[in-house]
Amino acid sequence: MNWERFGIKIEKQLHTTPLISFSIPLLAILLALLVEGVFLFISGYNPFEVYGVLFKGAFGTWYGLSESIVTAIPLILTGLGVSIAFRMVLWNIGGEGQLYMGAFAASWVALSYPDAPAYILQPAMFMAGFIGGALWGLLPAIPRALKGVNETLTTLMLNYVAIFWVGYLVYGPWRDPQSYNFPITPDFSQSAILPHLGNTRIHAGILIALGLVVIVYFVMQHTVWGYEIRVAGESRRAADYAGINVVRNILLVMMISGGLCGLAGYCEVAGIFRKLQHTISPGYGYTAIIIAWLAKLNPWAIVVVAFLFGGLISGGYTMQAAGLPSTTVTMLQGVILFFVLGGEILTRYRIRFIRKDGAKA
Amino acid sequence: MTRAVIEMRGITKQFPGVLANDSVHFRLLEGEIHALLGENGAGKSTLMSILSGLYKPDAGEIWLRGARMNVIGSPRQALDLGIGMVHQHFRLVDSFSVTENVILGTISGKLSLKIKDYAGHLSGIAQQFGMKVDPYAKVWQLSIGEKQRVEILKLLYRGTDLLILDEPTAVLTPQETRDLFQTLRQMAATGKSIILITHKLQEVMEVADRITVLRKGRNAGTVAVKDTSEQELTRMMVERDVLFTTAGRAKTSEQPVLTVQDLCVPGDHGRLAVKNVSMDVHAGEILGIAGVAGNGQRELTEALTGLRPVSGGKILVDDVELTHKSTRDFIDARVSSIPEDRLGTGLVPGLDVYDNAILKDYRKPPVGKGILLNHRAVHEKAEKMVDQFHVQVSDLQYPVRMLSGGNLQRLLLAREIMSQPRLVIASYPARGLDISATEAVYRMLLDLCNEGTAVLLISEDLDELITLADRIAVIYNGEIVGVVPIEDADIEDLGTMMVGGRREAVTE
Repeated sequence: MNWERFGIKIEKQLHTTPLISFSIPLLAILLALLVEGVFLFISGYNPFEVYGVLFKGAFGTWYGLSESIVTAIPLILTGLGVSIAFRMVLWNIGGEGQLYMGAFAASWVALSYPDAPAYILQPAMFMAGFIGGALWGLLPAIPRALKGVNETLTTLMLNYVAIFWVGYLVYGPWRDPQSYNFPITPDFSQSAILPHLGNTRIHAGILIALGLVVIVYFVMQHTVWGYEIRVAGESRRAADYAGINVVRNILLVMMISGGLCGLAGYCEVAGIFRKLQHTISPGYGYTAIIIAWLAKLNPWAIVVVAFLFGGLISGGYTMQAAGLPSTTVTMLQGVILFFVLGGEILTRYRIRFIRKDGAKA
Repeated sequence: MTRAVIEMRGITKQFPGVLANDSVHFRLLEGEIHALLGENGAGKSTLMSILSGLYKPDAGEIWLRGARMNVIGSPRQALDLGIGMVHQHFRLVDSFSVTENVILGTISGKLSLKIKDYAGHLSGIAQQFGMKVDPYAKVWQLSIGEKQRVEILKLLYRGTDLLILDEPTAVLTPQETRDLFQTLRQMAATGKSIILITHKLQEVMEVADRITVLRKGRNAGTVAVKDTSEQELTRMMVERDVLFTTAGRAKTSEQPVLTVQDLCVPGDHGRLAVKNVSMDVHAGEILGIAGVAGNGQRELTEALTGLRPVSGGKILVDDVELTHKSTRDFIDARVSSIPEDRLGTGLVPGLDVYDNAILKDYRKPPVGKGILLNHRAVHEKAEKMVDQFHVQVSDLQYPVRMLSGGNLQRLLLAREIMSQPRLVIASYPARGLDISATEAVYRMLLDLCNEGTAVLLISEDLDELITLADRIAVIYNGEIVGVVPIEDADIEDLGTMMVGGRREAVTE
């Protein structure tokens, strides 16, 4: 398309200033709120009232705040997980499935050894959660690494397999006989439950999540392996040239990516539900994709963005209770991602206005 | 016959850091086959991209059949004017039939298609110009030669009377080339004008009427085929000013660092790209590999750095066999390379100078300490590199994609030189650089070899090779067609060998 007719010239931008890379996600969120507001208005709601309830529900009360943190835990872990894969330009859309497989593996340990003491059971569940997610991430990584099979599709499809697998277990062999036919497993033993902060639902998973943020940052910036990942993510050809084993790194990165998502599953069953059930995630694995992008794959930024999105989700529950449309939240997430991806272009191109006679203004 | 279809006057086009066309003139007559000859980077493609509406010139005029065109704004507009280009990479929809591909973009607003009618029309055109094409075949079933025919048909179907073919024979078998030339002659006979972008002299002499030679973005002359010879064309293509003199070269040692025996390397499509190549490079020696790009140089350098599997022969570095070894083994044997693609292979565009400085030795102490990266060592190393080799960079934390071409090459060379290599494989190390950067690069390579490093220099710039190399091997079609010591090197003979000319001229 020839934009010069409209007096606009689009040019490649050679470098991105920190100001631009910071302001674009912010602008995207504002624009998303605006667009969403228009929709709310058309549907007969007062957008200010809806946003007010949303904000108050998310951050306005101690309870809301604690719930936002609770929701942020799986978001940090899954966001961190997919961001590692994204760094290597591996589109792991399978965070949701990896979370479910992690939850499944951790639950299997919890249900099999209910009498084990916590100091054995918790590390075992942790490991199981990580391995469950890691294997689920490894599965699509193998065809990707060896034959170049597109991992976007395979990871996405494996989500359904994982979710249905957990569904099969809780409706079938693992169902609690005393559950009056609810699709849930028996409650975990006390030692399989993560400790809580006071009378909130904030559990020790927050420490796991924050600890992993630090570890991921350290590994990426301060280890030889992190360096390999950064090189391979920026340029596959340069990685080959430097003698980096790209195939092995694809497998490893996808395992760790899946493992972190699996840990989110472990935290949810051990910290929140205290049993395995079908509905352990309202799509954390998908929201993680938005979070990773908004945070520009930076581990510290993921914590902040995950907290904001945690607020969005927990605020959504408040809205539902107030009789307001809670789907607003789902839609808002989508619109934010839309604007974030659109805004990416602004970091790589700049728009120049030119006068009609062709001279650059 | 002598009416000018196109006249391009004083065309100038500047890209960042490169003057691709410098007031170039070009005149195309009706019904002629006009070859546009020149080395890579001579500005052929830029000129033709301007004619076909892909680029806009910074200065100059285009006249079409005696009428001045303001500007050709888009390939679409060029097509409407009857100018069409067949690109090296085909633009066809694999799952569509030949007919569907040809009519694609010409039909709009129609609900039903009578493919049969179009196919009939198409067969008519194909027959007129002696092209064998099944209009119902799906494109994915076609050979490369047939796909090229479809591309030509697309243009003829749209009534194009000025066809630009970009290196059309590069992908063809000899038989297909003969067929193509037959078709081109028939098209010219019906009054269509054809521009052939090429660097193969024999083909030019065989099929063209007139030839325009470009050199470094400028006109080097336009001649009629009947009045010229391959030698004259070679001279027009490669002549240039010498801008560097070598002084105080150390003696080459007898000790071979690199030994290659009967090396065979498959190309991307399975065919052998390097055939039975044997050579030695000695310590302190620069062996030049002369050749037009695409004659197996890339595959050869990739094989010699462990990036591409070899199908036969041996590679030895310092008498240690490295055939079938990994890139890492080559790096550990201190084989260094300056790849053709500096930004993207040699350097990582999105990472900063620090990260790029350690690309080759991030695993080795003092940079890599076990599993940890020693940031202090990284910083020291990068700063030393930038200091010693005069890389101009305002902040080492900027991504290297922001560096200029000359600084990129300095950084890349600095890193490879500081790894104290036994062998350096440099591909087109001065391509696209300005004079001062070129001299800096030459200086670095000469210093290296004076210190006893073996250098394999891949280039198509004969002056560069004659300036730097001790011996020059000419590669053509994957084979070394001759090795000439520098004392006996003659630029014209080398040029002739590079384009597959007779080698008798040189062996005596």
